[in-house]
Amino acid sequence: MTLETFIQQLMNGISLGSLYALIAIGYTMVYGILRLINFAHSDIFMVGAYFAFFLVAIFRLPWGVSAILAIVLTALVGIIVDRAAYRPVRNAPRISALMTAVGVSFFLENLGLVTVGARPKAFQRPDIMARVIKIGPAAVSGVSIWVPILSLALLALLLFIVYRTKVGMAMRSVSTDIETTRLMGVDVDRVISYTFAIGSALAAAGGIMWACKYPQINPLMGIYPGWKAFTAAVVGGIGNITGAMLGGFLIGLVEIMTVALLPGLSGYRDGIIFTLLLVFLLLRPTGILGEPLKEKV
Amino acid sequence: MERRRLHLVLTLALIVVLFLALWWADTHLGEFPLRVARTGAIYVVAAVAYNLVNGVTGQFSLGPNGFMALGGYTTALLILPLQQKQFVWFLEPLMWPFNSFSFPGYLFGLAVLLGGVVGAIGALLVGIPSFRLRGDYLAIATFGFGEIIFVLANNLIRLTNGPLGMKGIPEYANVYWCFGAAVLATLVVSNIANSSYGRAMKAIRDDEIAAEAMGVNVFRTKMLAFVTSGFFGGVAGGLLVSLITTISPTLFTFGMTFNLLIIIVLGGLGSITGSVVTGLGFAVVSELLRVVEAPIDIGSLHIPGVPGMRMVVFSILLVLLMIFYRRGLFGQFELSWDWVLSVLRVTRGVREWKRERKTESS
Repeated sequence: MTLETFIQQLMNGISLGSLYALIAIGYTMVYGILRLINFAHSDIFMVGAYFAFFLVAIFRLPWGVSAILAIVLTALVGIIVDRAAYRPVRNAPRISALMTAVGVSFFLENLGLVTVGARPKAFQRPDIMARVIKIGPAAVSGVSIWVPILSLALLALLLFIVYRTKVGMAMRSVSTDIETTRLMGVDVDRVISYTFAIGSALAAAGGIMWACKYPQINPLMGIYPGWKAFTAAVVGGIGNITGAMLGGFLIGLVEIMTVALLPGLSGYRDGIIFTLLLVFLLLRPTGILGEPLKEKV
Repeated sequence: MERRRLHLVLTLALIVVLFLALWWADTHLGEFPLRVARTGAIYVVAAVAYNLVNGVTGQFSLGPNGFMALGGYTTALLILPLQQKQFVWFLEPLMWPFNSFSFPGYLFGLAVLLGGVVGAIGALLVGIPSFRLRGDYLAIATFGFGEIIFVLANNLIRLTNGPLGMKGIPEYANVYWCFGAAVLATLVVSNIANSSYGRAMKAIRDDEIAAEAMGVNVFRTKMLAFVTSGFFGGVAGGLLVSLITTISPTLFTFGMTFNLLIIIVLGGLGSITGSVVTGLGFAVVSELLRVVEAPIDIGSLHIPGVPGMRMVVFSILLVLLMIFYRRGLFGQFELSWDWVLSVLRVTRGVREWKRERKTESS
């Protein structure tokens, strides 16, 4: 492999990985607080991309405005999903909550299929993303440069919220012990709503950037990125925000590099990630940064 | 012991009656109702086994589509006639040994059984890593497994013929095979659920740590439930491909698992009776719900048909069931001979009591 293609593939892997990291945050935060695998998260990602698409294509809003508006709207969708579907089953057995999540996921996918149709739509990306930039000998598309930069900015913002604000402190507290936090006078339901809003907003940002990277969107586009991001969350240590970021970059690089180094395996790229997931479950279920599992009796 | 023998006799009598009814249906009913019935019976096989994991043992698996795919491909490879095999694999040759033989019709049962065995092996492979951990890892691992099977089915052209799949699979799966498998699955699963293993499974569902403290081997019990469900998942897959005579990777996507999830939740998690009833019902209802997707004319108002609307209805149904009607139609109720006999006895008692009162008053 020449140096150019290596740099190109490296940038490609990093930008893909940063998108996985953005999505993985939402999974890991909700899991950390509610012990719930939010199956609908991958479809929230899709919803975010569609909001941006419609705001740009139909309402003709400028690009930056529609991206921000789409992120806000998707955060609202996240809150609504939590209120309407997850809150009523919060005290039910865990398996009911998981099934509800599967139901919501299927609902969003099929609602998308029914309302906007299964045919992929071409996503209008801003010029800055489409432009080709030269780094040394390698020509890299603007997406591969801007996506990691924007993602890192968002991840920094997230870390600031979680570790430096009152809401973040409440989130960390709820994830450690929900009952004690309630006794301390924290409105737990509101904190959970914030968690869903933040997770969904990041997923929407990821969805919009995904659509810039692969400029075609369809109602089922979230499934694979979502599951790979979930794998990233598990690999990094589920419930651990830094771990999710690390896992995201790792999964992105593994995926791109296997295809780049062994082109014969390109058909198996999705299978490789899921095999990695099974291997991690077998050898190190707590992930790279996860704490050892503690039993609460 | 006396009661047990009575129950055995009653069960056998019921099976004979069922097969007489099937014989009547086979000779008198048309192709379409029979097809719906066979689909329903296959749903029963898969759903009853799925319920053993999700309902009785309380472990959230998303795997049945993967197991059905394993069974489906195994059975299809075994029973596809040699001539058809040459015709289907026109790009790349089919790999050895499947290119050298094909099971005749009378070995269909063996082909389905082997499909079940392959499904069970698949379950064993996923179960070992995921059951070493507590919690929701099974859901993740089984989903990942289903996707790996999908990827393999798309890429191992010399074994599966890739995205094109196979067609012209002989239609051996008649009503007797389908309902025979349904009866077998129901009997096996309900016997497991009522045995000491079944009580251990229910103990794990209710409180895993307490069960472990009581000496239940948690890992082995979960594996038993999971491998059994993998086996019957494979059987259901084998029957399904012979029913619809084609197979391709998209036949066993997550949508299949979703249908089964609806069936077991609506029937009542942990109720095998419920899974049987809703499994048969689901096949009928999903045909009836095609109305939703057809264009509707109300007076001058024209509502164009929306394909895919059924799945929207089903997913809303699942969420609503989970929120408002978590016990499902049957809760954890099981239809048993004891229950039937006691109901009969009670009604007879009431009748006698009424008759006595009548004679007293007159």
